[in-house]
Amino acid sequence: MPRVTFREERCKGCELCKNFCPKGIVEMSGHINSMGFHPATVADMEKCTGCAICAMMCPDVVIEVEKEEKKVG
Amino acid sequence: MKKIFSRPNSLKDMPFHYCPGCTHGIVHRLVAEVIDELDIFDRAIAVAPVGCSVFCYEYFDCDAYQASHGRAPAVATGIKRVLPESVVFTYQGDGDLAAIGTGEIVHAAARGEKFTVIFINNAIYAMTGGQMAPTTLLGQKTTTTPFGRDSQINGSPVRMSEMLSVLDGAAYISRVSMHNPANVIKAKKSIKKAFEVQIAGQGFSMVEVLSSCPTNWGLPPLKALKWIEENMIPYYPLGEFKAPAEVV
Amino acid sequence: MGKILMKGNEAIGEGAVRAGCRYFFGYPITPQSELPHYLAKRMPEVGGLYLQAESEVASINMVFGAAGAGARVMTSSSGPGISLMQEGISYVAGAELPCVIVNMVRGGPGLGNIAPAQSDYFQATRGGGHGDYHLIVLAPASVQEIIDLMQDSFDLADKYRNPVMLMGDGVLGQMMEPVELGEEKPVSIPEKSWAATGRKKREKKNLINSLYIVPENCEVHNIKLGEKYKLIASSEQRWEEYRLEGAELVMVAYGTASRVCKAVVDMYRAEGIPVGLIRPITLWPFPNRRISELAETAKSFLSVEMSMGQMVDDVRLSVNGKKPVHFYGRVGGMIPVARDVFNEVKLILSGGAK
Repeated sequence: MPRVTFREERCKGCELCKNFCPKGIVEMSGHINSMGFHPATVADMEKCTGCAICAMMCPDVVIEVEKEEKKVG
Repeated sequence: MKKIFSRPNSLKDMPFHYCPGCTHGIVHRLVAEVIDELDIFDRAIAVAPVGCSVFCYEYFDCDAYQASHGRAPAVATGIKRVLPESVVFTYQGDGDLAAIGTGEIVHAAARGEKFTVIFINNAIYAMTGGQMAPTTLLGQKTTTTPFGRDSQINGSPVRMSEMLSVLDGAAYISRVSMHNPANVIKAKKSIKKAFEVQIAGQGFSMVEVLSSCPTNWGLPPLKALKWIEENMIPYYPLGEFKAPAEVV
Repeated sequence: MGKILMKGNEAIGEGAVRAGCRYFFGYPITPQSELPHYLAKRMPEVGGLYLQAESEVASINMVFGAAGAGARVMTSSSGPGISLMQEGISYVAGAELPCVIVNMVRGGPGLGNIAPAQSDYFQATRGGGHGDYHLIVLAPASVQEIIDLMQDSFDLADKYRNPVMLMGDGVLGQMMEPVELGEEKPVSIPEKSWAATGRKKREKKNLINSLYIVPENCEVHNIKLGEKYKLIASSEQRWEEYRLEGAELVMVAYGTASRVCKAVVDMYRAEGIPVGLIRPITLWPFPNRRISELAETAKSFLSVEMSMGQMVDDVRLSVNGKKPVHFYGRVGGMIPVARDVFNEVKLILSGGAK
């Protein structure tokens, strides 16, 4: 199952990731980080396809994306 | 699990000072990804401008120079002529490149200087407080055109990519945009091609990147990207204006 | 090897090449254009580069890049072009880069004319560009000295990581004199571990920069530069003494003006009247120590310049009120005539000068 991780203290709450996520699973957290922004997060990781569009649109390199290694049969 | 997306090595692990949603951050990352993918970090040299991105000399982890306003193409010329094996790139805004630096960019392109220019066009002077840029659109309100840019007073916006593509020394000139993922992907391809043209020794390369300035446009980040799509692209069409028949 | 006849502007070029300069970026301007012409031919012979820039602004910024990349590099111009370079020069000094800038001074202000002058002294020694910095300024007075000082210019620039200006005038640039070039020696350029040449496997990246956004850091940087300038001021003052023994009136002049003054000194000495000349070779650092010493024994000083009076301020500062300091000058491209300088000295010696 693909997974995205957010480096919360770098997030500026710009919401570009939230807007461009094709599955609509990115949301802004209820809490704030030390800069005073609501960092982005994904609650429903099961729905993540690992497309990495969120990471691509993030201006602050907040997001890392992991995917299963494809097994060569 | 394998990381399929993470910070490129050429980008220093430090927070950007840019405003929330400012596309400088995306472009910096794309350039760093290209440097990683082309395996040129060891010989990459960045030339930083004056503008919001003056500190890009910190963010790109290669050797770097901070140039006086508008003169990055001249500084890059000096560097590349002394170190022809290096891969030199300038990163410039619309004031730096299209106002004070017009002489330097035109002649670097005319001479076919073998470096790459990343030209950030956000139609405004951001760092100094939102003044009109040569690329500000007609009717656009800025701190020095509070009633909207009027061609009778301030002339019309300048299309740098089109202008420079007329020069024989210019080998690769393109305009791309940051306004959505598909275009960010295209932008990266174009930036990569620009660097490849330099490495192949084919001449001057430039990628003009239509970028947003949420703070000085007075728009939230997402609406700012929409503004690029709806207002800038009609005036600044995307595409390759000059490209070599093949990148050797 | 015997002597050959060389033109001043060409001697600058040949001197630079022999000092290991391999990069010249410049723009034509009278009265120094023979220098770029000469280097356009000479540089390719030594595997160097002559690149004609689109302006003096571009020239100095190309110098910034090349100097940061570790090369021995120079540019040249005259007054109006040097004015254009001032921002770039400030950046070069702020980033602690070595380079040589040649100014063949002409009449000013504004477009002025193409005749010789010494009216850029303030610009050269009082900054010219913004911020707290100094150029080392060397002033030759003969074509031979041009060759010698070009070597010193590049050596001093590298030694102190500072821009150096060689200041001549239209006469020096155009005149032809016999020159002893000597054997071409292999050039030895110091290692520059600070140069930004591409990181390769270097542990730390190198940055060529003059921005210190945090004021505390900027102050530290300025103080560091200040220490450097103090060191230069104490160790690099140069001058020539001409018939100063027992001099009651000491003339102070440099470059072309000094040649006229030497003739005047000879005229007075032929009559047994003790007049002498001190010829500053470094305009910055100004040879204030020696002039201060002379102020104990001399009765008066006369600064002779091709300007409205610029170096005279430094003479006054050095003399520090001990003795009267007079000024004689011709401007706008005019050269002082020995007979007129002679009469000015006569006036001073007779107590009639203001």
